[in-house]
Amino acid sequence: MATQQELAIEARGLVKHFTSGKTTTKAVDGIDLAVPEGTVYGVLGPNGAGKTTAVRMLATLLRPDAGTARVLGHDVLTDADAVRSVVGLTGQYASVDEDLTGTENLVMLARLYGFTGSRAKGRAGQLLDAFGLADAGSRQVKTYSGGMRRRIDLAASLVMSPKVLFLDEPTTGLDPRSRNQVWDIVRVLVADGATVLLTTQYLEEADQLADRIAVIDHGKVIAEGTATELKRSVGEGAVHLRVADSADRARAAELVEQVLGTEVTLAPDPYALAARVPDDGAVDVGRLLPTLADAGITVPEFSLGQPSLDEVFLALTGQPTDDITEEVA
Amino acid sequence: MATQTTTELDTTPEASKLRAAIALDDRPSRPSPVSATLTFTWRALLKIKHVPEQLFDVTLTPIIFTLMFTYLFGGALAGDVTTYLQYLLPGILVQTVLFTTVYTGYTLNTDITKGVFDRFRSLPIWRPAPIVGALIGDTVRYTIASVITLALGLALGFRPDGGVVGVVLGVLLLLVFAFALSWIFTILGLLLRTPNAVMGTSMLVLMPLTFASNIFVDPSTMPALLQRWVDINPVSHLATAVRGLMGGTTSFDQIGWVLIAAVGLTIVFAPITMRLYRNRS
Repeated sequence: MATQQELAIEARGLVKHFTSGKTTTKAVDGIDLAVPEGTVYGVLGPNGAGKTTAVRMLATLLRPDAGTARVLGHDVLTDADAVRSVVGLTGQYASVDEDLTGTENLVMLARLYGFTGSRAKGRAGQLLDAFGLADAGSRQVKTYSGGMRRRIDLAASLVMSPKVLFLDEPTTGLDPRSRNQVWDIVRVLVADGATVLLTTQYLEEADQLADRIAVIDHGKVIAEGTATELKRSVGEGAVHLRVADSADRARAAELVEQVLGTEVTLAPDPYALAARVPDDGAVDVGRLLPTLADAGITVPEFSLGQPSLDEVFLALTGQPTDDITEEVA
Repeated sequence: MATQTTTELDTTPEASKLRAAIALDDRPSRPSPVSATLTFTWRALLKIKHVPEQLFDVTLTPIIFTLMFTYLFGGALAGDVTTYLQYLLPGILVQTVLFTTVYTGYTLNTDITKGVFDRFRSLPIWRPAPIVGALIGDTVRYTIASVITLALGLALGFRPDGGVVGVVLGVLLLLVFAFALSWIFTILGLLLRTPNAVMGTSMLVLMPLTFASNIFVDPSTMPALLQRWVDINPVSHLATAVRGLMGGTTSFDQIGWVLIAAVGLTIVFAPITMRLYRNRS
């Protein structure tokens, strides 16, 4: 661990602004990334935070306005073709052709990577088989289910066995079973030495897969570290309460603050409040309910859990994800 | 928990298949520009196979155009239908094929909207290959449209004096021009937001090019200003050259003007297309 690891992806001061009419959106506003080889790196953020724009620049699809980026030592601007031959890309914007069959899509890509004749067909067959799509190979991709669709997208980005794989929100919109399949695939890839940069809106996904996580907001990295470090920065857990009478909420908030010693968040819902639980082990969360009961406050709902992405955001930015999303979109 | 899953994965047949698939020892070298381009042409042909509906318009438009204009104008303009047909058919062929070129921009824009194009852009291939390959694939549609128009024309009484050679050369010249003109539509395909916007704008480009030309009538009766446009309109030169080739009266400068126009269109619009393609955000 002490030795310096080779970096698969290295970005410094990446900037991309989009201008439409008089308004300029700072999609990416100075991002630094350092992704060690053979690891999964999670880029976590709400819609419109700049995740996709950042990935598109790293994958040579978009020219940065400023800053530099290197993938396995190749500069994305001056050595784009070298980058293109070592990366694979999966996302809503890098898709397969729905009108063609699964086999045709993979044969086409295999040919475009230089496989000829029967080798292209063989490569396509091998990938379909590995992704559990052998039976669906002769069907048009538009007939595939969401999970199959995501698997063919993944297979398409692995035709050349890229050393670096960009997965842009690979599980958004998938059911839990398909999501787990995608996660398993990512784990196998990384176990075999690939580097994966994964963007996601889900803290749980980053938590499950990523060795390190960068939290992005308004085109900037606002926090970086392992999942544990990030969660510690917002407290190991959080309590969520609902009071029966909204008039009691202010009093309840005061009492919660006294017991936990952390700041209380008042949700838009006039009955709900939440607070972080400090991770120093010195706080007895169990005292909360009796204290509230003594004060004559009825609490119909109480839960204790991991901080959600919302709470991570609230802690890091001081505003909930919804506000951020609206502003940027 | 993560480690546990990984251990499970190691033993499943799925994981070992996946391992084998990503352990690619024998990496091929990059394909040549020609090979990459032809792969995209193959894709365009596969799309015709899977979505045969897209051939409806290239088969029906020529039939409607030919029948409609022949019988609409034939009697009034030339006294009888057969005489007019000798003048009109090469022109209607030109119009039919040029109208088919708008689909180039339409399909390109559909690829962009659906995200297919970004996958192509992320590949280490000769950059113009996806567009050039698609344009070559489109010539198959133009050829189908030409064959149908010619077959119907022959059935109605079109008798080209240039013979088979003249007709084939006429079609080839038309295909060359259509390929060159398509670069305008690829620009629209890259610039506009939706496939339908591309379609609408392309029609606006095509209307003055095809109708304000010598396709339907001899320009000598037109007002001076319109005549001036018709005389410089490359589509007029194309129609004249195709008529010349099919009628066996062609001259070197007729064909020359068309080729110059085709080269000019390509030199101006292909680099703009490629610039937009590279910098698309």
